[in-house]
Formats: sequence, structure tokens, C-alpha cells
Amino acid sequence: MKNRFRPALAVAASVVALSAAAPAFAGKTLDAVKQRGTVKCGVTNGVAGFSAPDTQGNWSGLDVDTCRAIAAAVLGDAKKVDFVPLNSQQRFSALQAGEIDILARNTTWTLTRDASLGFNFTTITYYDGQGFLVPKKLKVTSAKQLKNATICTQSGTTNEKNVSDYFRAQNIPVKTVVFESFEASFKAFFSGRCQAFTTDASALAGLRNKEAPNPDDYIILPELISKEPLAPLVRRGDDEWFAIAKWVPNALIEAEEFGVTQANADDLKANSKDPAQQRLVGTGEDLGKLLGLDKDWSFRAIKAVGNYGEMFERNVGPKSVLKLPRGSNNLWNKGGLIYAPPVR
Amino acid sequence: MSRQASRRGAWLAWVVQALLVLAVMAGAVWVMNHALDVLRSRGVRSGFDFLTEPAGFSISEGWLDFDASQPFWRAFLAGLINTVRAAVPAAVFAVVLGTLIGIGRLAPHVLLRGICTAYVEVLRNVPLLVQLLMLAFAMANLLPDPIEPVRLLPGVWLSKGGLSVPWPVSGEGGWWPTHFEWPEKGDFGVSGGAALSPEYVTIVAGLSFYSAAFVAEIVRAGILSVSQGQVLAGQALGLTTVQQLRIVILPQALRVIVPSLTNQLLSLTKNSSLAVAVGYPELVSVANTTIGSNGRAFECIAIIMAVYLLLSLLISFGMNRYNARVALRGWQ
Repeated sequence: MKNRFRPALAVAASVVALSAAAPAFAGKTLDAVKQRGTVKCGVTNGVAGFSAPDTQGNWSGLDVDTCRAIAAAVLGDAKKVDFVPLNSQQRFSALQAGEIDILARNTTWTLTRDASLGFNFTTITYYDGQGFLVPKKLKVTSAKQLKNATICTQSGTTNEKNVSDYFRAQNIPVKTVVFESFEASFKAFFSGRCQAFTTDASALAGLRNKEAPNPDDYIILPELISKEPLAPLVRRGDDEWFAIAKWVPNALIEAEEFGVTQANADDLKANSKDPAQQRLVGTGEDLGKLLGLDKDWSFRAIKAVGNYGEMFERNVGPKSVLKLPRGSNNLWNKGGLIYAPPVR
Repeated sequence: MSRQASRRGAWLAWVVQALLVLAVMAGAVWVMNHALDVLRSRGVRSGFDFLTEPAGFSISEGWLDFDASQPFWRAFLAGLINTVRAAVPAAVFAVVLGTLIGIGRLAPHVLLRGICTAYVEVLRNVPLLVQLLMLAFAMANLLPDPIEPVRLLPGVWLSKGGLSVPWPVSGEGGWWPTHFEWPEKGDFGVSGGAALSPEYVTIVAGLSFYSAAFVAEIVRAGILSVSQGQVLAGQALGLTTVQQLRIVILPQALRVIVPSLTNQLLSLTKNSSLAVAVGYPELVSVANTTIGSNGRAFECIAIIMAVYLLLSLLISFGMNRYNARVALRGWQ
């Protein structure tokens, strides 16, 4: 019950809250965050590798680390984040209503979302694509063989629309069964209700490893039917906060490119002569003041979560349960798409 | 007080009432407009213009065929029809089952009475959402896999994909059915014919079982409200127990039953919105999907509220008409 009416409550809250705060507001979010002492970060209610709580309630994942890095840069402490779990229908209302400061919830950057919801997407932190998980016993090797199959997915996502688009374009009739929660949708699939399950490929890998009765009984089909650039987003109208939310992830990407790691950051702060490294560890020119922060903003972020490569490896790469290859998510100069504008 | 003074008082009261109503309406309009203004000033697109744009998602079951290229308003209509498609059969089952259980709770037979009492106590004390999830879970685990469906009768198949039966279809361009389409076993389960999906069965069965417990209590209270003398009179006339119930007691009990039953049907209809949790594509599910794709939460929730208000008013209207009829036939 609580879940279903949350969007309604969020809207109601926004009406009340915004009555007082209608005019545009530059810098309000940063002030609010500093005053409150925490960053309110909207995340999923549990997608391995991106944001999921462990048994002690500690959150981990790529999206979680992005928020921790921002908290470290802004408040000086990576622990000062309030994680707000949101389902895919709640997430946008929660950000619009000001319940959260940033939404880092494996959300695909699309034109509609960018142009009509009152949001700004920041930096792409993961290049994903939508795929299909099927039981091996069906002997299906391509999504094009799914004629008349039933496909389980989650409502309110780009996934639901992509499936419609893809099979319509291919002229292959399929049925979709759409559940409100991610958990209900994959449970229905693993119980045999559907012949295929579709979501972003990264999440498929996590699901197969964590939720399948026997991971070897399932395969991920080769087709990726969409581009899913996942990026955190913030409300429009606060350019200062937008800049911070953009440049903290950019700094982590640049840190990987210039070899600054969690381990060597202290050493480089003391000894590095490389201007690019000096800027990242806070011994070069002061870029922090341009963002409304201090000189050590990026140093603290790197110390807290490591550079982008370290974040990737720990959460979704070889050291994680997902064991995803770097692929498109490698740095631009190593054949991937990850590219940050210069931190200078 | 003179007659003139009291007339002036009535007139004043009327004016005050009218002013209050106007003030409340103006307040509601102001809140709505202000909210939309604020959303616009924040760069959030708002308004109901999206209803004519293509929806981009499909709805896989229901009476109204819907595909992704059709506009949002039609998706909402399909969702509304799906809500009715679940609520109406559930209401019928709930009333029939509830009446039987309500009578059973007053039966002289101890075992029957015990079973009916246990049913009411268990079903009405467990939240409906939990019951729905349990039903969905049971169906997901007990039914055979779609690729190995069970053939119950010729042309009738049962599996996790649902219950498939032959269904009359019309030929090309024709309006009336010309032949039956028989479900066939394919690579991914049964296709063709008409299918009741597990999600549909879950919501209809769940709503029926849950509401029947409340209906049973209403029926029991109604029967108990009829004076014992009526039963004795029935016996004196030599009516059988069933005849007493049918001719003497139930018609009088209806006077007590119908107003409470109206409340029950209203809550049943509203509870059908829980179907979204088990994957049945009704109105709330369509609205959720729409909010996810274009973020028009304000508008979609307004539509949901308006539709449920309309459905509830229709049910109240119908039941009040019925109540007026049964009340006249009472013994007073």
C-alpha cells in the first residue's frame, strides 16, 4: 500500500513544499545539504552492483559510490549519505518534490526525461544495453526466436517500451507481463511464468548469479536491443549543485586516466609533479572554489571510493559477483566510451 | 419566531452554504493551478495533452485490444476496462460465496458452522495484498510449466501461462463469429483461443475470497436482525428450512444487508487497484507505466482519482436504487 501511493504523496508534498519555494533557486541545494549535514541520495531498492544493502544495511554499488564521492567532496565525509530506496515509478516524483538531492538509480538518459521532467542528467557512469535472460532448456539462441513467447518485465521503465519497439520493428508477436516491482517480475520469471526476462544486461548478470535457482540453467541472449546510458540526475534550476553532481564523477574518471588511486592519493598529494595529478589531489590550482567547494574536494572523493576504474572493479567488475567485462565502460583511450571533460 | 424571520433564516443558511461550497471549489482550483504553475516554473512539462500521444508500451490482456502505437487515452481506457473486467466478476463471486458462508455460519451443523467461522476469521484478518501475493506464489509454483501444459479437456489447457479455452472468432472483416479458434500447443506454451491469465485469476479469486468474508458477516447480521417470530410463523405455515430462508427471512434481511453491502462493493472495486502488484494490467498499472515514461504523476493520479470516484458513484447509485426497492417490500 505504502509503495503504491508514494508518488501521490510525493506530488502532494511537492504542492505544499513548493508553495513556499516557487522562485528559481541557485545554490539552494548545496546550502540545504550543508545545513542538513547529509546528501539525500535516491537509489534502487536493490540491484546488485549498482545499489543494494547488505545484511547489516550497508549500501554498496556503483550508484552508491557516486553519492558517497559527492558527500566526501561536499561534506568531507563519505558516510554522510541518506540512501532513499525508490522503485521505478517513485523515483522522478521524489526528485521533483525535493525528497532527495540527487537520483543515482541506474536511470537511462532519454530526451523525454531530460526535456520534460525538470531534470538535468549529469555524467554517464555506466553504458548499458537491454538484454534477455532465458532458460537453456528452451534452446533459444537469439531474441528473434521468441515468437509468441511471454516476457516478464518491470513497469515504468525504458525496458518496457524498448521491448514493444523492438518486437514491433521485427514483426514478432510477443506477450509481456508487467509487474510493479523488480523483485516480483524476476520471481515470476524464475518460477516459469515467462519464457524470457528482460532488463539492462548488467542487472541480468546479477540476477542470474544471485537469484536463479541454478545459474547454469539460464543464458543471456546475445542481442542488446537498446542503448541505456545510465547517469545520475538532479533538479533543474540549481546550476551550482548540477555542476558539483557533474564534476565529482568526472574527477573520478580523470583520476583513473591519470593514475590517481585510493592507495596512492596521499603519496601523490605530497610528491606529484604532474599538473593533472596535482589538480586532482588538491595541490595544483584551486578548482574547488569554482564549484563552491574547497581545494581538496576531489582528493577526498578519490580517497573515499577510489577512481572510476576502482569503483567499477569493486562493484560490477571482476572482483564483484557480477563479473562484468569493462567493454564499453573502459576509458576512451583504452577502447571504451568513458570520457570526462578535462578537470582543469 | 415569525414565519418571515424563519424564511429569512433559511435563505441566509442557503447563501452561507453556497458560499462555502464556492470557497472550497475555488480553493481546489487554486491548489491545482498553483501546483501546475510551480511544476512549469521548474521546467516540468504538465497538462493532459500527452493523452493523444502514442503510448509506446503494450497491454497484453484485456477486452480492448491495445498496442504500443495507440495513444495514452486508449491505454487508460483499456486499463479502466480491465479494472471493471476484474471487479465485476469478483463482486458476483463475493456476493454468492459470502451469502452461502453467512448462512453457513448460522447452520445447526457444528462442522459446517466451524468451517464457515474459520473462513471468515482467517480471510478477513489477513491483509488482501498478502493474500494476493500468496495466491500468485501458489499458482506460480503449483501449475505446470507453459511448455508442458496439462490438457484438461480437448482444447482446454492449463499451465503457468494460464487457462486456455476455444473461443469464437470472426473471419476477416466480419463482425460476428464464424468459427472457433482452438488453443494449440506451441514452442513457448499454448497460443490461440481465449486465455485466462494467472494474474487475472489471482486478482479475481483474491478479491472474491477476501470480500466474501465481509459479505458473510453482513449476511449473518442481516439474518439475525429478522425477528424469531418470523421463523416460527414460517414453521407454522409448514415451510421447509430452505423455503423459510428464501421466502421469509432473506427478503427481510436484505433491508439490513444492502446498505452495508454497498460499502463492501465500493471497497472491493477500490481494492482491485492492488492488481498492479501481481502483474495484472489495470488502471493503476497503466498510470504507473505512464508516470515512468513521461513523469506526469500529477495528471495520472488525478485520472485515477476521477475514475475511482466515478466508479464508486455509479455503484452507490445502482445500489441505492436497489435498496429503495427492497426497503419498500419490507414488513413495515
